[in-house]
Amino acid sequence: MSIRRFTIIALTAILALAAGAVLTVPAASQAVTGVTATEIVIGGTHPYSGPASAYSSIGKGAQAYFAYVNDKGGVAGRKITYKDLDDAYNPPQSLQLVKQLVEQDKVFAIFNSLGTPVNTVLRPYLNEKQVPQLFVATGATTWGRDASKFPWTIGWQPDYEAESLIYAKNVLAHEPSAKIAVLYQNDDYGQDYLKGLQNGLGAKASMIVKTASYETTDPDVKAQVASLKASGADTFFIFATPKFATQALVAAAQLSWKTKVYLNSVSNSQVVMKAATTQGGPAATTGVVSVIYLKDPTDPRYANDSGLALYKQIMAKYVPGGDVNDQFYLYGMGAAFTFVDALQKAGKDLTREKVMQAAIHLHETDNPFVIPGVIVQTSPDDRFPIRQEQLAQYDGTRWGLIGSLMTARR
Amino acid sequence: MQELAQQVVSGLATGSIFASMALALVLIYRSMNVINFAQGEMAMLSTFVAWELNQRGLPIWAAFALTIVIAFVGAVALERIVIRPVEGAAPLTIVIVTLGLFTAFNGIAGWIWGYVLKTFPSPFPTTPVRVGDVAFSLQDIGIIVVSLGTLLAIYLLFQKTKLGLALRASALYPEQSRLAGIRVSWMLALGWGLASVVGAISGFMVAPVVFLEPNMMQGIIVYAFAAAVLGGIESPVGAVVGGLSLGVVLALLGAYVDFIGTDLRLPVAFAIIVIVLMVRPAGLFGRQKAVRV
Amino acid sequence: MRLALVACGLLVALLPWVIPPFVTFQLTYVAAYAIAILGLVILIGYSGQISLGHGAFMAIGGYTAAILLAGAGIGYWVSIPLAALLAGIVGIGLGFVALRLAGVYLALATLALAASVPPLLKRFKALTGGVQGLSLPSPHAPGPLQPFVSSETWFYYLTWALAAVAFALAWFVLRGRVGRSLRALRDSEIAAVAFGVNPVFYKTLAFGWSAAYAGIAGAIIAIVTAYASPDVYSVALSLELLIGVVIGGLHSFLGAILGGIVVEFLPLWAQKINPAVESVVYGVALILVVIFAPGGLAGGLSRLARALRIQATPRSRPASTIEAISEKSA
Repeated sequence: MSIRRFTIIALTAILALAAGAVLTVPAASQAVTGVTATEIVIGGTHPYSGPASAYSSIGKGAQAYFAYVNDKGGVAGRKITYKDLDDAYNPPQSLQLVKQLVEQDKVFAIFNSLGTPVNTVLRPYLNEKQVPQLFVATGATTWGRDASKFPWTIGWQPDYEAESLIYAKNVLAHEPSAKIAVLYQNDDYGQDYLKGLQNGLGAKASMIVKTASYETTDPDVKAQVASLKASGADTFFIFATPKFATQALVAAAQLSWKTKVYLNSVSNSQVVMKAATTQGGPAATTGVVSVIYLKDPTDPRYANDSGLALYKQIMAKYVPGGDVNDQFYLYGMGAAFTFVDALQKAGKDLTREKVMQAAIHLHETDNPFVIPGVIVQTSPDDRFPIRQEQLAQYDGTRWGLIGSLMTARR
Repeated sequence: MQELAQQVVSGLATGSIFASMALALVLIYRSMNVINFAQGEMAMLSTFVAWELNQRGLPIWAAFALTIVIAFVGAVALERIVIRPVEGAAPLTIVIVTLGLFTAFNGIAGWIWGYVLKTFPSPFPTTPVRVGDVAFSLQDIGIIVVSLGTLLAIYLLFQKTKLGLALRASALYPEQSRLAGIRVSWMLALGWGLASVVGAISGFMVAPVVFLEPNMMQGIIVYAFAAAVLGGIESPVGAVVGGLSLGVVLALLGAYVDFIGTDLRLPVAFAIIVIVLMVRPAGLFGRQKAVRV
Repeated sequence: MRLALVACGLLVALLPWVIPPFVTFQLTYVAAYAIAILGLVILIGYSGQISLGHGAFMAIGGYTAAILLAGAGIGYWVSIPLAALLAGIVGIGLGFVALRLAGVYLALATLALAASVPPLLKRFKALTGGVQGLSLPSPHAPGPLQPFVSSETWFYYLTWALAAVAFALAWFVLRGRVGRSLRALRDSEIAAVAFGVNPVFYKTLAFGWSAAYAGIAGAIIAIVTAYASPDVYSVALSLELLIGVVIGGLHSFLGAILGGIVVEFLPLWAQKINPAVESVVYGVALILVVIFAPGGLAGGLSRLARALRIQATPRSRPASTIEAISEKSA
């Protein structure tokens, strides 16, 4: 291409763009962004590729629930369009995608973006633009705690620290002389759990005799478990994602470590417990303590449960081929239920302010995906939607509930 | 003392995983002086094939056998189609091609099978075994035995068969081998096939421990690189010894050196690679040789 | 030529006034990636060394800017140059290591370096904020300008201006003695040494220089994202930079910009088909480019341009020097 020709093309392009700019009249904006008479457009990001992609089932579960709601007529006659994009768990990529969703796709709200780092980056931008950042999929405390700075943001699941506080209460009440060893994932999630446990034990935090961390790039956790056992501890806390939690349960059994085990709720699905039992024998899982707040699709207790029947029906229709036992789908549906609930509360004349108000005035006793008794509720002073959890103990085949629902703080 | 013994055993168990993967890397290096960055992803892909066959009703051992054939044929075809055009090109070029394979295979596995963790049947029972106060499982022993068995098979192939002689000759003296009537180019393809089979076996061993998913080898491959470099990148014995000792070193550092702990393992692997390459590039078991210019 | 540059400059200058802010934001990343990839053009294309770990230098740059801005409130006028300096110094250090490791070994070592970055960032918590990372103040245009330009537009200009400086500097330095020496070393080290080229000096210089560019890119991305965390600097980032430079064109300045466009936009577009497509496209493109079009997109474009020109003007003129060089190296 000759230089002159190139120049002509470049200048033409400039002129065309300039002309375009003059002609583009800013759209009249009396209507609410992302909402028409028949549609509500919302956005979000989940890691559909990359190292954290196992969580993508959460996005798919939410998507499936919206499809179900739409087929039943939508919310106040409006269908929900959920533009859920792949951020590969990469914060800068998520920010670019969300800017695109807000500015180009004109979404009404951002729903259930996943990951603490990702939401940390999105939060200042969305709050500046006054776009609701609803029911983020992370258990850090900051989503509920820092509302004064970031009023447009709210979490959903019980936060990790709160879960640890429940364990700490239980330990102090029943095993006050326990010697505790902790295995945790070396990221914000694992560290939050550890912090919660330390805070919960308070003055008795020295009960923790040893901690060991692992990286998600580690092939296994055998060596960590061996050194935790050598500390002489008699209580073993596992703050790990399913893959490593299974390895830890199996390793403890193979080392014949006679210990009481606490397992974080992230990894207490039947899939994990069965895999650990198969590999490590019944000793690996019998007596393990955890908390639950979501219904477990494989738990025989819920064989006739209408919520799980709905879950399975939605899975069969909208996620054919999806693994029904993968609890992340259920999580996504649970959060989507709360979102739809907030939309309904916000009423026919939907605005961002109204939906945000609805989100901080929740009183949801009928979420079909959380365990019976758990109320998803918020108030302007309490932005932790789920804060009740139920201690449970594994008997080798299923979880048996211990005591009644517990609330960690407040 | 008991903890020390336990840590050594745990380290050996983990190290045997590094060893089996390092062995595959060494095979490629011996046949064409390159490092196949896609080796781990090829192993992962083979493991998925075995899983799929098993899901479709084939007994697990039959699935393994069939997968090994597929892995061999697939890798030979891959060498013919993708590596052949850049044979003899600068090392950088081949590095980039194998990185391309790495990325593509990871995506293909994700596309076909998704990213959700899958349990993979263990070829060995996970029954715990105790010797004195030290505990381990039959599975750990199984992986070590299989690594050693693979090593032995490679040794026999290279040292005791005509094919092995041809493989060695064409890697060391391509020109002369060609004159002697050895089809050097096909020997390279065979080298890829063999490495792929070793990788697949390694995948079968690893998957029950780390669970099957497209990224399952990415945590392991860097350690396998370090193991191969430590043992000597041209030495199969070195790969196995390097892998086992790396496993033990990491376990002991994690247990007894607080500064390193369990969270700085990758930097340790990086340090080992750099230090070995600078101080003794041939590794523990390789022969030192003059630098080619 | 000069006219074409001016036209391009005008295009870049006018774009933010006609495109939506989020595209302006994305184009800021393009410029940042282009700076980092230009560093790889210098390192791989000109000096013949490889790095699979340039994400590490982006991390150094990003965290330098983040720590200075979040911790000490030092503005980007100071922190970006400091980020470049620090990354450059570490790069020179790694350059000395690289002297001893040829080809494949260097690839291996730098890949392990890339993998080591996140654990190291998490470990030195007091400095880096650990796994939580560091949140920076939201980026804004300087006070007096705020009524006129948005923060997106401001950082777009800033980044493209930095890119222009980085490209111009590379242009002036590489066309002279340094460029000749690097190319000579790449093509035959023995011959180059015989002609008095100091390999230690030039090869470490190339490493440090390219690391400094990666540091600038890292600092910009940390500032405009207002965040630095270990998750940002994964192995994937290092590999993306390498993919960008190979697909864009290993030997060409234009290739650096094209590579920046690929790295920025391919993940955004590819996921419309399937999230796994990005990796497949990256991988297949890498292999196809290496086998069939070693000059990358830039090489392909210049070949296309030449074909067009031959059609347009039957009496062909001698190709300009730059084209002759880029042809030869492609």
